[in-house]
Amino acid sequence: MSATSSTIVNLPDQRTATLPKKNYINAEDGLLSWLLTGDHKRIAMMYLFSITIFFFLGGAFAGLIRLELLTPQPDLVASDTYNKLFSMHGIIMVFLFLVPSVPATLGNFLIPIMIGAKDLAFPKINLLSWYLYWIGGLFTLAALVLGGVDTGWTFTTPLSTHYLNTHVVTAGLGVFIIGFSSIFTGLNFIVTIHRMRAPGMTWFRMPLFVWSNYAASILMVLGTPVLAITLVLVVLERTIHIGVFDPTLGGDPLLFQHLFWFYSHPAVYIMILPGMGVISEVISTFSRKRVFGYTAVAFSSVAIAVFGFFVWEHHMFIMGVSNYSALVFSLLTMLVAVPSAIKVFNWAFTLQKGSITFETPMLYAFAFIGLFTIGGLTGVFLASLGMDIHLTETYFIVAHFHYVMVGGMLMAFLGGVHFWWPKMTGRMYPESISKLSAVTSFIGFNLTFMPQFILGYLGMPRRYHSYPAEYQVLNVLSTAGATVLGIGFLMPLIYLAWSLKYGAIAGNNPWQATGLEWQIQSPPLTENFIETPVIDYEAYDYEWLAHKTEQEVTTVG
Amino acid sequence: MSSQHHDPANVTNPEHAEHRIVQPGTYIAVYVTLLIFTGVTVAAAFIDLHIFNPIIAVAIACIKAVIVILFFMHVIFQTKLIKLTVAAGFFTFLILIFMTLTDYMSRAWGLW
Amino acid sequence: MDNTIVATHHDTHAEEHHHISLPQHRHHFETEEQQREAGSFGMWLFLLTEIMFFGGLFFAYLLYRNWYNPAFVAGSNQLSIPLGTVNTAVLITSGFFMALGVWAAEVRKKGLLVLFLLLTILTGLVFLGVKYVEYSEKFEKHHVPGASFDISEFVNPPVNPKTGKLTEEPLSPDMAQKTQIFFSLYFAMTGMHALHMIIGIVLLCWLTWRAQRGDFSSGYVAPIENFGLYWHFVDIVWIFLFPLLYLINRHPGA
Repeated sequence: MSATSSTIVNLPDQRTATLPKKNYINAEDGLLSWLLTGDHKRIAMMYLFSITIFFFLGGAFAGLIRLELLTPQPDLVASDTYNKLFSMHGIIMVFLFLVPSVPATLGNFLIPIMIGAKDLAFPKINLLSWYLYWIGGLFTLAALVLGGVDTGWTFTTPLSTHYLNTHVVTAGLGVFIIGFSSIFTGLNFIVTIHRMRAPGMTWFRMPLFVWSNYAASILMVLGTPVLAITLVLVVLERTIHIGVFDPTLGGDPLLFQHLFWFYSHPAVYIMILPGMGVISEVISTFSRKRVFGYTAVAFSSVAIAVFGFFVWEHHMFIMGVSNYSALVFSLLTMLVAVPSAIKVFNWAFTLQKGSITFETPMLYAFAFIGLFTIGGLTGVFLASLGMDIHLTETYFIVAHFHYVMVGGMLMAFLGGVHFWWPKMTGRMYPESISKLSAVTSFIGFNLTFMPQFILGYLGMPRRYHSYPAEYQVLNVLSTAGATVLGIGFLMPLIYLAWSLKYGAIAGNNPWQATGLEWQIQSPPLTENFIETPVIDYEAYDYEWLAHKTEQEVTTVG
Repeated sequence: MSSQHHDPANVTNPEHAEHRIVQPGTYIAVYVTLLIFTGVTVAAAFIDLHIFNPIIAVAIACIKAVIVILFFMHVIFQTKLIKLTVAAGFFTFLILIFMTLTDYMSRAWGLW
Repeated sequence: MDNTIVATHHDTHAEEHHHISLPQHRHHFETEEQQREAGSFGMWLFLLTEIMFFGGLFFAYLLYRNWYNPAFVAGSNQLSIPLGTVNTAVLITSGFFMALGVWAAEVRKKGLLVLFLLLTILTGLVFLGVKYVEYSEKFEKHHVPGASFDISEFVNPPVNPKTGKLTEEPLSPDMAQKTQIFFSLYFAMTGMHALHMIIGIVLLCWLTWRAQRGDFSSGYVAPIENFGLYWHFVDIVWIFLFPLLYLINRHPGA
């Protein structure tokens, strides 16, 4: 490999290459061998399949929303149908896609391998988590089929408890159950990372992907139960009127907001942190450099997790909370920008003087850095009290969190899926079309959400299905962008499915990456390693890799 | 700690602790202490101590909880990791309480 | 931190194989010790989630107790101190038997283990029985939040026949309405606690059955230990609930 080559991809000779005879996919046959498996890799693939279904379902709702907003008149759907559409879009995307996306698929697959373990600490709990995910998902689908729910994903009281006759309880129970699936995933990761590391795998030799998932797991374990009890109280309030959130009985609806956002703000970091881990891996691999300031990036993940618990009230600035407390939370919110910026700067320094190549995962990583920065900085706008009053509950906020969640997290997820696809399936995805899809999503994304910043600043409120005619141009742009974005997301579905059978054989280490997962066969064996690996090199040590490759060549030759 | 060999039992891990069996004598002592504190907390409730009534009640409950955690739940013999885990749980709980209180207390100064 | 661990595999293989022979040992753990520590750490993390789960309720309690203190005082005085105290003692006893059960498992005394587990179940059931008596009294007096909730006793407290004084400070109808919040939280918190106890008792029955079968007689005690952690946690929740719900203000005339 020379520094001037435009790609680092190194595939085995396709005429002779075959997939390994024994691997986790063909270790056992039959549907039951999957449904009853304890293998973290199989569970990861089952999760990948499941969240893909829910992603496209949620995406379909987004499509309908954008279609309705094409014209100022409320012409496509009735107003309460529209409310149901954005509620289901939010519930499905947040709880059934974003929260489990990277941890439950890539994290499940990779964390044990990255730290040199044979499996997660509790394989049965891991499987249970997948079943809970589906039970919760079915409850949500039941709420949808029975007539929908129109509270928004936030279940705001007293709207959800007193004024709606939709299926709030069913959807609430669904989210409650999915919450436990997420708790069990997080719990499993923390124990695995503490207890199952291979000899020599010290904390500061772990890949940053493991660090960021560790931080997200802490949030899952400590935050999710608060959501659980809040939803229990909402259900009790709705069914037997216990009065805890009911102002007519002396309850305080703001208490609901406090408890809900105590989880749901950290949940934002549950979603983004694992994505940041993916980006660290990808950036390092495709610039052939150790991540700049490894320790700072590692600790910034933990710092984001800790700070994440101190900022939730910024969702409530206009709801009548105390001004003094709002000042404190505003300041603390801006502080979260510090560890986030540490990450972005360190990625930039990693790129500096690196031998950068532009494979698909790297394109997604670039998209992530740019879009996440925009999303993050607009977050600082919203954290300042004066601006927040003007911008909150407008399309500015919609654009802001879509920049972080879709522009950030979804790009990271797709980047990660492409990056580890050869490891998970043993086959490469088609390179040029995947680059096209990355660029398409990037363009489509900006076309969709950039106009929404302007719309929001101009004052278009969110959650309405009609708007004044002067906003139409920007809304048409946004809907057009959503179409492009939709194509950008459909393409990977098709070509990744295609590559399962027809993709080039990837070999063990197509990217010449240094992680432990790349030193074993693809797809891996059920027990990952033939014998327990011993780690005697730092993470992202490309010299070690070059040395190892050299030795292998010498030995074989 | 710089063992040069593969360490399957993970005993060089600083997070490792010897398994220790707590004897029934300790449990009996703890049990009696807990019962005494229960009596004290009920008795204290009947004495008028103004603001100190709830403080004493919660303080005694905390002491009892700490005793249970340390001895019944063996945390005193556990690794730093477990101790830190327990502390993290209560710390996050206190964040929930105090950060939410910043709102409620400053919303109506002096009315609390 | 040690950065120079380099392995030479040969000398430790014998040791690993020695460990792997145990039936309850799972393949992905290298040693039984690692499995035991992972299990107990996992249990602790689960208890962390339980702390936060009850945490939301405790905050709601703190808020409304401060907002509606007179109503909370009146509501609290409706609860029976003798029953509450006895129940606290019963639950502490249950925890004590559980702790002894863990000891019995560790010293591999099967008979004692089964005995202590049965005693734990028994005391747990006594606790729930007393709770049932307390709950049914609330239903009789219409102190259960909902449509049939009755505030008359708080607006017009009955006269104590011995002293000829009112048993309680009368509340304004508005404040008396807030006793409903107290009872909501009372039922939510004790109900959630009782639910944990019921789940615990079901698990205990299963563990007793396994103990009787001899599963824990050969030094494999992780399930008993980890369940013990759960049971003690449920104890701790009650240790806080008792003073917070029963003992708010027991010195009338203050």
